[in-house]
Amino acid sequence: MPAATQPAPAKRKKKSAPKQLFKGYQPEKFFDEVFSAPEKARPAYRKLIQRMNRMSARELDERRQMADVSFLNQGITFTVYSDNEGTERIFPFDIVPRVIPATEWEHIESGLVQRITALNLFLHDIYHGQRILRDGVIPRHFIDEAKHFRKEFMGFNVPRNIYIHICGTDLVRDDHGTYFVLEDNARCPSGVSYVMENRSTLRRVFPGLFEQYGVRPVEHFPEELLNLLKYIAPHGKPNPTVAVLTPGIYNSAYFEHSFLARQMGIEIVEGRDLVVRDDHVFMRTTKGLQALDVIYRRIDDDFLDPHVFRPDSMLGVPGIVSAYRAGNVSLANSIGTGVADDKVTYYFVPRMIKYYLDQEPILPNVPTYLASEPADMKYIMDNLPKLVVKAANEAGGYGMLIGPHASKGEIDKFRRLIKTDPRNYIAQPTLSLSRHPCFCEDHFEGRHIDLRPYILYGEKITIIPGGLTRVALRKGSLVVNSSQGGGSKDTWVLEGDE
Amino acid sequence: MLSRVADSLFWMGLYVERAENIARIVDVNSQLMLDLPREQADRISRNWMPVVASLGDERAFRERHKKADAEAVTDFLLFDRSHTNSIVGSLAAARENARTVREQISTEMWEQINRTYLWLTSKGSRQFFHRNAYEFFERTKKSLQLFQGITDSVMMQGEGWEFLRMGRYLERADKASRLLDDEFFLVKGDGKSNGTAVIQWQAILRCSNARQAYQRLYATVVEPIRVAELLLLHEEFPRSVEHCLRGLDQALRRMSGVSSGKFSNQAEKLSGRLLSELSFGSIEEIWQRGLHQAMDDLQLKLNAIGAAIRDVYINPAVPVAAMATAATAQVPQ
Repeated sequence: MPAATQPAPAKRKKKSAPKQLFKGYQPEKFFDEVFSAPEKARPAYRKLIQRMNRMSARELDERRQMADVSFLNQGITFTVYSDNEGTERIFPFDIVPRVIPATEWEHIESGLVQRITALNLFLHDIYHGQRILRDGVIPRHFIDEAKHFRKEFMGFNVPRNIYIHICGTDLVRDDHGTYFVLEDNARCPSGVSYVMENRSTLRRVFPGLFEQYGVRPVEHFPEELLNLLKYIAPHGKPNPTVAVLTPGIYNSAYFEHSFLARQMGIEIVEGRDLVVRDDHVFMRTTKGLQALDVIYRRIDDDFLDPHVFRPDSMLGVPGIVSAYRAGNVSLANSIGTGVADDKVTYYFVPRMIKYYLDQEPILPNVPTYLASEPADMKYIMDNLPKLVVKAANEAGGYGMLIGPHASKGEIDKFRRLIKTDPRNYIAQPTLSLSRHPCFCEDHFEGRHIDLRPYILYGEKITIIPGGLTRVALRKGSLVVNSSQGGGSKDTWVLEGDE
Repeated sequence: MLSRVADSLFWMGLYVERAENIARIVDVNSQLMLDLPREQADRISRNWMPVVASLGDERAFRERHKKADAEAVTDFLLFDRSHTNSIVGSLAAARENARTVREQISTEMWEQINRTYLWLTSKGSRQFFHRNAYEFFERTKKSLQLFQGITDSVMMQGEGWEFLRMGRYLERADKASRLLDDEFFLVKGDGKSNGTAVIQWQAILRCSNARQAYQRLYATVVEPIRVAELLLLHEEFPRSVEHCLRGLDQALRRMSGVSSGKFSNQAEKLSGRLLSELSFGSIEEIWQRGLHQAMDDLQLKLNAIGAAIRDVYINPAVPVAAMATAATAQVPQ
């Protein structure tokens, strides 16, 4: 006879299944990253949506709060000053990850490799023989007038012929889901620390989400970056000394500078820590001066050296440019890459790809009108309320007009600005950017997003899977920049397609 | 190590220590009210100036407040952010320094200092203080001690650690000397024990976390001269001036590799000299000179050591010859 066992208590019937959170979510007229139709998730998202549908709004909100507290305690914040009291704010984080299937990523990756290759060939050409101008592929005056074209560096050879070592290229999808390149950031792109922090935070507050998926890791970025920085050392020096150069703790990206230095195990220096003697750069240390070989600088060209560029720069290092010219210190990115991410130069990137590589661009540009071309200018003037206008050299969502959302006064202001300085403006149709569900208090709403992958160009080209997905958190907004109310998401590239 | 980083670690160590010291001093002083005879408690409650004065902050205080009552002084010493020597001010400074050296300190250290700062600057903390001052001080002290503990258990004990420790030791020694300065902190006494004086000397012990140590060492009623001996000269007591000086001297020598009894720079010379003075001095001599004078001297000497450390390691005049060698070393093989 079997031993007595206590009978299991009868299972209590659930009163009623909780409301499924994605029920009633409307993709509306946009390309929705998750749903191809109401309640019909795309294959890559199916498991994720099933899982989240089993949760209550309260559970999700708790996790959201956990994520916020985690960012706050780690000091991944920026400071807002009012009444002399500094308040710490976090960059908003949405807990629903963006998922990119493997096939889609392969397409993006090959497009980005093609683009960075062409951009580097272009920079080398522009600072040497200028074949592309002589062959009339790009009209010369566009380059001559580009604000960040450094004529002083004509004929100068950079280590390993690499100009853009770290590039952040912004991609958007239109209402058919086609990926377009919106702009290249070839000077000091920021945000990559959020890729890693978003991942580690989501893993912490939502470990269950990762269980059913093969998500490609992003944590090797600092290691790849360090390899790259060592690879460009002057004279191929083995075991070079490498440092991150930051404008200092009041810079809004300081967290990132220090994060990267910490992850790479190298010094983070400010301009005042460096001194140049006999065209060599040294760090001021407790044991005297120590030679420095490679600098990952997070300071724009203009502020790098008060002897050469802006004399009022307090952030830079007097004499560093002459050490760079002498080949005794390497900089990433190289000086003068700004000519490549000028928004007018952007217009010509597809032509560069054709010219240097004899290939069709894998990732298309957004259709663009140049205000300095008479036909385009007329079109721009006639259609301003429908267009997005951008200044050629601004970043961070500044110097920008979004026609459909602008007042008449703003439109008139840009009309004047464009007429006064046509070279400095481009216009693009207002894209209907793709949307992604975001958790808003107790339900999901669609918000526009973009994607900034980070490309490293060293001995080989490395792109960490995914990148930073930025979200325009204000309802209806198209601006994803953190300075303009944007947030971000963890971005998953899958091992497979679902 | 970058000189600027060394500097930040030094100040971070100093400010964290300072925040904890202030917490303890204000805490003890508030409790003192409960122990003293009513009349005297009232008098002190109306006038907290001795506490402010012992911290060397009279001018800063007078610029902000007219009356030195308990409320004004606690606010000034706890929450006044514009005042670097308040708990919040010290912690804000410690945190700014920590932020500039985040790649040098561990994530746990940073998060602890950041959490403590966020808590102390939140609206809730001030309310918490008014509701339950005892718990407020406990929590503040524990949070800061936790930082010290994390530091000692996870930080690499190289040069950076030495700078952090030097900041901590200098601040600790300075505060011990201020507590003993009888011009300020105490009602002037004759060195003998009467009831009120005992309570006040007990308070001094509590301000230094020294009450239990005192009882174990001396097993006697609180005698002023013995209290001074413990806080100044007892080598094993971790908050005594001599202990701090020994740690400081050790840190200096670990960095330069110069053995004790010799010196290779001004900082080592001054610290070695002061350490010998303490090692070969006795409390009776100090007592005879008068605590006020002795403590004043001591503070000046501590300041001189701090300045010398900065001259040697943080802002050295770089000799041209040294630079030339460094530049030659750079030429690729």
